[in-house]
Amino acid sequence: MIFRRLRAQGVLGINSRNAELIATYNSRHLYPLVDDKLRTKQLAREHGVPAPELYGSLSTIHDIHQFPEIVAGREQFVVKPANGSGGDGILVFDGHRDGRFRLCTGLQVSWDDLAHHLANTLNGQYSLGGHPDRVMIEYRVVFDPVFDAVSYLGVPDIRVIVFRGFPAMAMVRLPTRASQGKANLHQGAVGVAIDIATGCTTRGVLNNDVVTQHPDTGAELGGLQVPEWQKIMLMAARCYELTGLGYLGVDIVLDVRKGPLMLELNARPGLNIQIANGEGIVGRLREIQKFAGDGPGAEARVAFSTAAFCRTEAA
Amino acid sequence: MTLSARRRHLYLLSATLAVAGLSVAAYRATELGFPLSPGATSPLWTVEARVQFERFTPGPAKAMLAIPSDPPGYSVLTENFISRGYGVSVSQEGEDRIAMWAIRRTEGEQSLYYRLRVFRKADRRVEMQAPPFPSVPELEEPFASALDAIVEDVRRRSADVETFTATLLQTIASASPDDNVRIFIGDVSDPFAAAQAAQTLLSGARIPSLILQVLPLPDEARQVEMRPWIAVHNGKKWLFFNPVTGIKELPESLLIWRWNGDPLVQVTGGVRENIEFRVSPSVQDALSLAQQQAASHGSRLAQFSLLDLPLQTQQVYSIVSLIPIGALIIVLMRNLVGIRTFGTFLPVLVALAFRETQLIAGIVLFSTLVALGLTLRLYLEKLHLLLVPRLAAVLTMVVLLMAALSVLSHRLGLETGLSVALFPMVILTMTIERMSVVWEERGPRDAIIDGLGSLFVAAIAYGVMDMAILQHVAFVFPETLLVVLAVILMLGSYTGYRLTELRRFRALAGDRP
Repeated sequence: MIFRRLRAQGVLGINSRNAELIATYNSRHLYPLVDDKLRTKQLAREHGVPAPELYGSLSTIHDIHQFPEIVAGREQFVVKPANGSGGDGILVFDGHRDGRFRLCTGLQVSWDDLAHHLANTLNGQYSLGGHPDRVMIEYRVVFDPVFDAVSYLGVPDIRVIVFRGFPAMAMVRLPTRASQGKANLHQGAVGVAIDIATGCTTRGVLNNDVVTQHPDTGAELGGLQVPEWQKIMLMAARCYELTGLGYLGVDIVLDVRKGPLMLELNARPGLNIQIANGEGIVGRLREIQKFAGDGPGAEARVAFSTAAFCRTEAA
Repeated sequence: MTLSARRRHLYLLSATLAVAGLSVAAYRATELGFPLSPGATSPLWTVEARVQFERFTPGPAKAMLAIPSDPPGYSVLTENFISRGYGVSVSQEGEDRIAMWAIRRTEGEQSLYYRLRVFRKADRRVEMQAPPFPSVPELEEPFASALDAIVEDVRRRSADVETFTATLLQTIASASPDDNVRIFIGDVSDPFAAAQAAQTLLSGARIPSLILQVLPLPDEARQVEMRPWIAVHNGKKWLFFNPVTGIKELPESLLIWRWNGDPLVQVTGGVRENIEFRVSPSVQDALSLAQQQAASHGSRLAQFSLLDLPLQTQQVYSIVSLIPIGALIIVLMRNLVGIRTFGTFLPVLVALAFRETQLIAGIVLFSTLVALGLTLRLYLEKLHLLLVPRLAAVLTMVVLLMAALSVLSHRLGLETGLSVALFPMVILTMTIERMSVVWEERGPRDAIIDGLGSLFVAAIAYGVMDMAILQHVAFVFPETLLVVLAVILMLGSYTGYRLTELRRFRALAGDRP
């Protein structure tokens, strides 16, 4: 039956992910390192993992009045809840003038509306469990044009699953009109598999179905070469040392000038990457498990993954 | 702990919990008689034995009455001795329990009462030692040769102890007994005499036998007579025979009063002793019966029962004890099926509210409340309120809406509308808030899917929690919740796919790369 076929394919389910991977490899005390993006950013700086520059942060309602100061002289910036999840509460600004703020979608926002949004965020509207939150204002990534043909607005980002420091599977998430510029697959973004060995895209999924063309732009999804792939792999692998989390989702964006930047980390990465890759992840995790031993360095780990998970011939 | 050690540990823990829960429940059900199904009633009989005698001159009097001890198939609830001025003592003499009334000085007609309340139990094991083989009675002629003839005749027409006894009793009881039989029983139609004759004849065949004294417990109140019954031992077990018909039977309605045929009453210092039995059946709630019995047994397990709590607290626990079952449904729905809901246990609380409103009315009321609350919440969004005040405002509006719905439905004569007050309003508020956030962030589709998921799970949980048998078992046997706990723990280690994942990953199941 379908149950057995999925098991034979090594498809990881939510129950199995939670019980066998997250509970085993991700100690709960490490979660705040990735749930709080401000702390992640600080750790990234300490470990030399490139990340978008932080312009400033707000911790209390009172801090909101500092916001115009922080963004003064900066045309483009991103406002994010430090403990947000699933891309909720993120606003990307294109420019501002006289208390009017322009979102990347072209929508104008008044200072009143923006202040309300900031206050809601600080009150924990977007944080897990509704705890008081902080707001971070950071560099807006100028995307490398490599994905221009296959993105509709928003942020195309690369998701790498890193198991015990080894890159295990990768995809790029492309925003669509339906996802309203967001790169989350469950909101309607397209996920496109990337071959770990070469950094070439292969095939995509949209709402759990295999697609070969972007639904909005119509461009081919396969055959794109992600630039600086080796560097991306190395960054992803290093995030293991950065957090200590054994099962980790690393989100990376490509900036046209600064190259790959680590955007955020996820201690409970989703499972759709398997659909994008057309392959269950369990087999790869087992191979890593066999090889892992006493923890080789990041370069050695990337080398192993590159050799072991080459899928270009198969595709 | 390693994975396999953890698994073993978990299985062991679950098995222990389940066994503990089930065995306590089984003990309380079988030994203490707590009923397994709701509304069970147990028939209860009050047997009143009246001993009468007369003493013409003033002086001491003593009356002894054989009373039942632990009759098979019945449990004794209470027994009382009622008499005027008599001292009463009970003693065990061999297999007999004897009640003795004694008085120093009395005169005239005397009435002594022994009152026994019994109810039937399922277990009807007989624990009576097998007697030694009787020796062939030494009789005078013509009895000796009559006995030989009868035994010889009956033995020819039978195969074993069972058929021998049946044939013998039929021969004795036949409408036209032959001369040999007539010699034994004479013409008296006294059943005890016939039983006595049967015992003598059984001894002639060296079959161990007893004459029992049994009391029929009728369905309506009336006076009953003590009857004889024949028990023979075939080397393995006791067989019971109706001496009047020769049929091997021991009807449930017979209470075994005494394991021999001796006279029930012995009076010294009085004459014209007489005994009468009056039986009146009554029906009692099996639950309270079990409690009474447990209390009289002094069973500790019965003392630790929810039924011992004050009535009001009992009502609370009759609902609270259902919550783990609801939680189990949530675990099944979320981890095995994969339905998304708002808030982990919101559906359980909604399901509890459904118990009062009934399902359809509950769903309508819940949807109405959430829809109205959501509308107002989306309106509040425009006012740019801070989070906590906004939540408080939504909560207040929910309360107002509930009050309005109650008043409105009362006006319209729809009494179910009144029960809206039972909805958990804080939880409703959080649902409305979370739903409105999902609505804005992910669109109405996700919000409605999650909302319907919650309602669906609540309806399932309601359906299960509304089952009368589960309510009864969870409340009367709260130890069965240990079994629920064991199942939940086991489900906690389920790492297989959820049902919804089979659909989600269907693309992966088909084509192999």
